[in-house]
Parts: sequence; C-alpha cells; structure tokens
Amino acid sequence: MKTQNHKAWFFVLPVLFLVAFNALIPMMTVVNYSVQETFGNNVFFWEGLRWFEDLLNSDRFHAALGRQFLFTGLILLIEVPLGVIIALSMPRKGPWVPVCLVLMALPMLIPWNVVGAMWNIFTLPDIGLLGYLMNTTLGIDYDMTQSPFAAWATIITMDVWHWTSLVVLLSYAGLVSIPDAYYQAAKIDGASPFKVFRYIQLPKMKQVLTIAILLRFMDSFNIYTEVFVLTGGGPGNSTTLLSIDLVKIALGQFDLGPAAAMSLIYFAITLLVSWLFYTLMTKDDAK
Amino acid sequence: MAKITLSKLRHSYMPNPTSADDYALKEIDLDWSDGGAYALLGPSGCGKSTLLNIISGLLIPSEGQVLFDGKDVTALPPDQRNIAQVFQFPVIYDTMTVFDNLAFPLRNRGVDETRVTARVSEIATMLEVTDLLRTKAAGLSPDNKQKISMGRGLVRDDVNVVMFDEPLTVIDPHLKWKLRSKLKELHQKVRATMIYVTHDQTEALTFADQVVVMQDGEVVQIGTPVELFERPAHTFVGHFIGSPGMNVLAAEMRDGGAFLGGHHVALEGTVTTSTGAPQIGIRPEFVKISDAGLPATVRKVSDVGRHSVVEAMVGDISVKAVTEGAVPEQGAAIHLKFQQDQTRLYRDGWLATEGAVS
Repeated sequence: MKTQNHKAWFFVLPVLFLVAFNALIPMMTVVNYSVQETFGNNVFFWEGLRWFEDLLNSDRFHAALGRQFLFTGLILLIEVPLGVIIALSMPRKGPWVPVCLVLMALPMLIPWNVVGAMWNIFTLPDIGLLGYLMNTTLGIDYDMTQSPFAAWATIITMDVWHWTSLVVLLSYAGLVSIPDAYYQAAKIDGASPFKVFRYIQLPKMKQVLTIAILLRFMDSFNIYTEVFVLTGGGPGNSTTLLSIDLVKIALGQFDLGPAAAMSLIYFAITLLVSWLFYTLMTKDDAK
Repeated sequence: MAKITLSKLRHSYMPNPTSADDYALKEIDLDWSDGGAYALLGPSGCGKSTLLNIISGLLIPSEGQVLFDGKDVTALPPDQRNIAQVFQFPVIYDTMTVFDNLAFPLRNRGVDETRVTARVSEIATMLEVTDLLRTKAAGLSPDNKQKISMGRGLVRDDVNVVMFDEPLTVIDPHLKWKLRSKLKELHQKVRATMIYVTHDQTEALTFADQVVVMQDGEVVQIGTPVELFERPAHTFVGHFIGSPGMNVLAAEMRDGGAFLGGHHVALEGTVTTSTGAPQIGIRPEFVKISDAGLPATVRKVSDVGRHSVVEAMVGDISVKAVTEGAVPEQGAAIHLKFQQDQTRLYRDGWLATEGAVS
C-alpha cells in the first residue's frame, strides 16, 4: 500500500478558507435565494423550483442567452485565428521582440471600465474620432445608440482590440518554445509552409491555445463592465448580454429570487461548456 | 548519392569579419567520396556543426563553394540538395503516426503511395520499428524517436548524403551502443555517404572509415581511426584521441637531436621543420618502464581496469605511461623507455618528423 502523507492538507487549508469566504459561502447564499421569495426585512417564502422553471421558459432569458452565445462565438472566431496569425508574424529574435511584446500587452493593461469609456467617446458621432470620421468624412451612418448593428460591431471590435493580445502572447509563447531543429528538419524534408504550420507549429501551440480559448470563452461569456459602460445593453435590448440582464433583474427590479436562479443556471452553463471544451481539446493527449 | 567537395570554404557569423578569429570556419578544403562513412570529430565550438549546416544548406557560407558531384550547390536551399539530416534532439512530427512520419519526406515530394508504403516498410524493417508503425510518434521513447528521425533521413533512396549531428546525445548509455552499431549496419546496407558529427571519440572511431578532426574552425587531420591514433598530425589530435591522450612534452633542440629535461631522446626519423616551438609527442602506450632510459620519479598510479596509468616526473615534466602487470610504488625512482618509432617531434603543434620507412 502507498503511504499517504496527510501533511499536504494542512498547506491547502488557508486556500480552502479563502475560497470558502469568497466563493462557496456567497454561492450558498445565492442557492438560498434561488428557492425563496423575499420582499425585504428578512422575510422569506419558500418557492421551490419555481424561479428555475419560470426562467427556463422565459423568452427574455432565451434571447439574452442567444445574444451571449452569439457574442462569445463571434469574438472567438475572430480573436483565435487573428491572434495566431499575429503571433506567427511576430519576430522571434532581435531587438523588435520586446517592442512587439509590450505593444501587444498594452490593451490588456487598461482597466475594463476605462476600455468601455474610451470606446464610448471614440465612437461618439459628433466628437469621437471614429464616430466623426465614419459619419462626416466617410458618410457612413454610424451611431451606436441608434443602430443595433453599429452597437454590435462596436462591442465586437472593442473586445477584439482588448483581448486578441492574450491569444497572441500565449501562442507566441508556444511558438518560441519550438527548437530550430524542427524548422530545419522540415526544410530538409521538403515541407511546405502550410505543412510546417499544420504539423509543427499548431501541435506545439495546441496546449497554450487550449488555455487561451478557455480563458477567452469564460471571460467573454461573463463579460459585463465594458459592454455596460459602452452601450448599457442598448439600443433597446440588442446588446443586453446575460450578465447585463442579470444585473437588471437583481439590482434594477430587485427580483432576488429569479436573479439567484439565473446566476446558478448561468454558472452551470459556463462550467458545462468549459468542461466540454476542455475534454474535447485534450482527448487525444490522454491516449 | 554523390561525391561532395568543399572548396575554399570560410564562414563567419559576423557581417564584416576582419581577423582570422572572426571566422567560425577557416578555409576548409575537403573531399568526401561517394558512399563513405565519415566522422567529424572535435570539441564543442570547433565549427563542426557550422560545417554540417553549410553542407546541408541551412547556412550559406561567407566564402567558398560546396559541390555535389562537381555541381555547385552553394546557394541551393536544403530541400533542393537531396540531403538528410538527423539532429541532436529527435525531431518527430508529434501528431502523426510513425508510418506518416517516415512517409513525410516522400509524400512532400509527390512520390506515389505504393512506392511510399514499400519504402517505409523497408526502412521500418531495417530499423526494427515495424510493430510501431501504427502508433502515434508522440508517445515513443527517446531512442525510438531518434530511430524515426534517422528513418526519415534514410527513406529517400536518392539522398546525396545523410548527416548526423551528435545524434546520440539524449540516448541512454546502454542504448547508445545499440544504436551506434545499428548505424554502422545501416551504412553497410544503404551505402549512402554519411557524415557523423560528434565530440565523442568512441562514437567517431567506431562509426567512421575516415575521421576528420577539427579544432578552432580548421581541419587538423583526416585519416582512418588507426592513422589518427598512430600518427597524429597535430598535437591536438594526439591529445584529443586516445585515453589517456598522447604525451606532449616541451623539448629542447640542440646538436641535431631532441632533449627532454636534459636527456637525449631518439626520434622516429629526420626532422623536417627547423622552426617553431619543439615538443615531443609519444602515446602512453609506447612508454615503457625499464631498467635504462630517462630517469623519473613516480608521482601517481591510477588503475583504470585492464591496465594502469603511471604518471612519472622527468625533472619537472610529467610523462604518462600505460603498463600492465606490476606497477611501481608512488615516489619510486624508475627509468622510462620511449619506443623510438613512435616518438615524434612536433613544431608549433604540427608533426615535424618523417616516419620510419617500413
């Protein structure tokens, strides 16, 4: 039998406490709210699974969930290939390496609400640089507060601007770890540039790319601040993503029960998709 | 397959080399005949990998030409030279099976699939990896991975030369020996020109018919393992090859003879060069402890298994001798006898005596 050293548990304990206080206990409160109705004053009425049933049958939730998947899907489709392409075209040696890396890291250093505010001003039709250029100079009717299409184009562009760097930096880290001998061998074997990408670079980037996609999925699926500051969910409900809707229900309407049920379902979906994705991506390695 | 000629080859990694020290390779003129097994031997940083990369086309030399069968290929990229190279660390395509790995160089050149299958199974049999063909290459052990990279080099039957860049570095010692004999065997089967780069003399001497010894970007000697051992053209070769290496002893030239610590030493033949710092070179295997000869004091005796290495001082010069059987005590006064036909004079490092006519 293997001897077990239980000392390790002792070292994990502080983390356990921390997680308990900032995640488990708040989460339990949410579970508590999700099955009750409250009108304040600490008075609660048992509702069972009613909020969950209501929510899963509500068109409003379906619409927000649909928008959320559309948003996440679109930014993943743009950011992942774009990030890989940028990483591939960055220099791997020489004085430009640090310059490129810093330039890439810059957008990620900006606080989320600042990003929202920046893009808000940037796109204002009368004084914003982009808004003015589009409307006055190019003559394209572009107003985020009027057109849902313009609003979507703006939030997508903003997210791509803000987060493609993450994919770039992670892919780049994977790329620089490939020894020169691989490229030399491929040259000697007569491999085309596409084959070099397909059989050397992509396999070596796969692990970091998995992490990048996972992070981008979770982050974009839970996105709140940037979109809220930029569009506030409008025009109409066109950019009301799940998190924005959730806050509207919880703090706007103060429906704590339905909001709690929604958070739990929201959480379950994020967890499920992440798990599915991770399992699929790492399936081959386990063999 | 082809004869490879290197003509007046020089290479510097600097954009504007001025002195000789700026060159990683200093003027190399070499002929590698078709189907030979060559080893490129030298310490780390002597330019052997640079030379290899120039032959394979991964590097374009600063000066000089590379000719394959008389055709200038200096400016051709690696894939147009029909060469194969096996690297220090096994390079395999992780996502492919062993079969696809071996087939890769052929498929890239549009060889038809029946021919690919035939070649791959032939090579797999040679390397004894037939039962691995369907497995993914990523999970293989390092020695099998290295076998696959060798296989990728051998799979094309039209290769001009197969080059090995210290291919056994990451292999476990007991498998090293196996792979080494496998390589030798492969060379006899495929008869392609092979160049094997290493800093390990055992690897070089067991693999090659001809060994090229390099130092500081220069070729110091080319010869069979026996020639290198018996008649090193340069003190470096003497020192680098053999264990322990050749005794290189500062000598004094006067009255037409060589003197070591004041005692006359008979040389193998006529001295051909009259300038340069004189040194006597003799392998420890040819220094005998006897009743007469140079008087010496034993400083150290090391038992290295089959024989013992006796280190003795002639004045303040240390001489090593290999002896079998009884060894003298430390501190004992002995006499050393140099076998005359193996005692050579070197001047400024280069051999300066004529061999005894045999």
